[in-house]
Amino acid sequence: MPSASTSSASAKVPGPEAAEPTVDKSKRWLWERAIHVALALCAFVSVATTIGIVAILVVEAGPFFLEVPITAFLFDTKWSPRLDHYGVLELFAGTLLVTVGAAAVAIPIGLGAAVYLSEYAKPAVREVVKPLLEVLAGIPSVVYGWVALTVVSPAIRGFAKWWSEATGWEVVVEGFNAISASVVVGFMILPMVVSLSEDVLRAVPRSLREAAFALGATKFDVTAKVVVPAAFSGIMASFLLAVARAIGETMAVTLAAGERPNLTLNPLEGVQTMTAYIVSTTQGDTETGSLEYSTVFAVGLALFFCTMAINLLAQWILERTRESYE
Amino acid sequence: MPSNTDNSDSTRHYRRRRLVSSLFAGSCGLMTVLCVVVLGGLLVSIVAKGWSGLSWTLLTNLTSRFPEKAGIKHALFGSVWIAGLTALFSVPLGVGAAVYLEEYTGASRLRRVIQLNIANLAGVPSIVYGILGLGLFVRALQMGATILAASLTMTLVVLPIVILASQEALRSVPGSIRQASHALGATRWQTIWRQVLPASAPGIMTGVILAVSRALGEAAPLVAIGAAASMSWAPMSPTEQASGLPLLIYHWAAEPKEEFKDLAASGILVLLGTLLLLNAGAVFVRYRYGKRIKW
Repeated sequence: MPSASTSSASAKVPGPEAAEPTVDKSKRWLWERAIHVALALCAFVSVATTIGIVAILVVEAGPFFLEVPITAFLFDTKWSPRLDHYGVLELFAGTLLVTVGAAAVAIPIGLGAAVYLSEYAKPAVREVVKPLLEVLAGIPSVVYGWVALTVVSPAIRGFAKWWSEATGWEVVVEGFNAISASVVVGFMILPMVVSLSEDVLRAVPRSLREAAFALGATKFDVTAKVVVPAAFSGIMASFLLAVARAIGETMAVTLAAGERPNLTLNPLEGVQTMTAYIVSTTQGDTETGSLEYSTVFAVGLALFFCTMAINLLAQWILERTRESYE
Repeated sequence: MPSNTDNSDSTRHYRRRRLVSSLFAGSCGLMTVLCVVVLGGLLVSIVAKGWSGLSWTLLTNLTSRFPEKAGIKHALFGSVWIAGLTALFSVPLGVGAAVYLEEYTGASRLRRVIQLNIANLAGVPSIVYGILGLGLFVRALQMGATILAASLTMTLVVLPIVILASQEALRSVPGSIRQASHALGATRWQTIWRQVLPASAPGIMTGVILAVSRALGEAAPLVAIGAAASMSWAPMSPTEQASGLPLLIYHWAAEPKEEFKDLAASGILVLLGTLLLLNAGAVFVRYRYGKRIKW
């Protein structure tokens, strides 16, 4: 077996060349070589996918950016391709509204649950709750959409009606509303926050906790003033990853928040997110090569860069924390 | 530390700290209970609306304008085709990539780049993969909105899951197994094929089932490539029009009629039932075969 192809792994694994029979040595060498190349190609597919995403998005969005000035895309406040308004801001505002709401649901609950599981729960409880959270994570997004539309939204509207009648202060909740989308997306990303945060909390060395206890700290002091701050960057990374997931969330948001672009901060109104725009446009028969067809890729490009930037930041933080403990 | 000069003051202080501590513990516990309660409520609401709609005709009929005659057969066929082909494409690719990264590249720069890239791909929204599929497979390679195009798109969606799970499984095989195999004269590939892969098979299987579950539940890529919610026949080959259960559920949920929303709940029950079976399979594999191997 040649050692040329095996750079550093061969240091770990001693080469077996001494015992090799000479007859089919070259044949076997060829076979090993072929396997090596085939496996490298498999690994390359993932790199090619990234390149493919960027290339397809850029090429297909090209006609759009040739037609529409980038300033109009970024700074116009109306999105209505049929009326020549291409302000992605209006869609981005929808995404932001739903995402902020989802984070408001997922971050306190997720962090609380993670702290409980890591610091308080008995192993038996943890063994039960963690798989249940995995179930929550494994439920498809369209199911959450159905729940938002048929359970959460009617409940919120019912409450608003009751509130209006009881207090005389009129609260209007639209049929499609951002808040129901926020609630379900919040619970969708919750398992991610819990499991990642719990991992980093548990990675905090035991000696830190014991030192704090020895100084007379209560369990609260130890958890809130020692363990959570020590794991802070990892917890931040888990928030970032969850937020990126919320930004890219599609089916639940399309079903619950509606398909009407709306530049608003009111979560009781319907909004259209970037993902929902892609869904509603690709659903119809959009002609290849038309400007409307290329808007899909332009919005997709914006979406890709948003999530990519957040994910990269989270990965960078995670890598740094991992190093600090080793 | 509070001083010990005033005894009653320090007792009060101590009590307050105790109170804060237990309040904090209580609220953290409450958050955990909330997670579980929400999961329960979710399932109960689906069963409440969808249970009565579960019937044999739901499984054997095609979709229809009339809710009482509407079924999910075409979507179920589409989903099974897509999930099967996705597994077929993603397993060799994903496991191959994992083997390359774990067994062939050391801690090199190349590996770090690929690894970071895979972690990023895992975070790319599925709708973006959908429009990649639309631009690449459906339009540029002129496959149309077929099951094949849908499966290839879905393969890209689940590939990071397969790779990451397989890497994890390969990493758990101790180096001594590899060294023993090499010492007996096996080549690198023989070692991987006869020792490392069989030993890591349960872990890889778990990842594959996770990936297939994801492929079964994703609707966004299907919408983007132009899969159909309603069809007048059930697809029998990969070159036919793509459809899928999550897509049909999406369309039914978006219908204004209450009956269709209930039908969507029945569809969800079928989908969740399938996912449950798959995951029970994963647990069984992990339990049965994971236990046999001990180092």
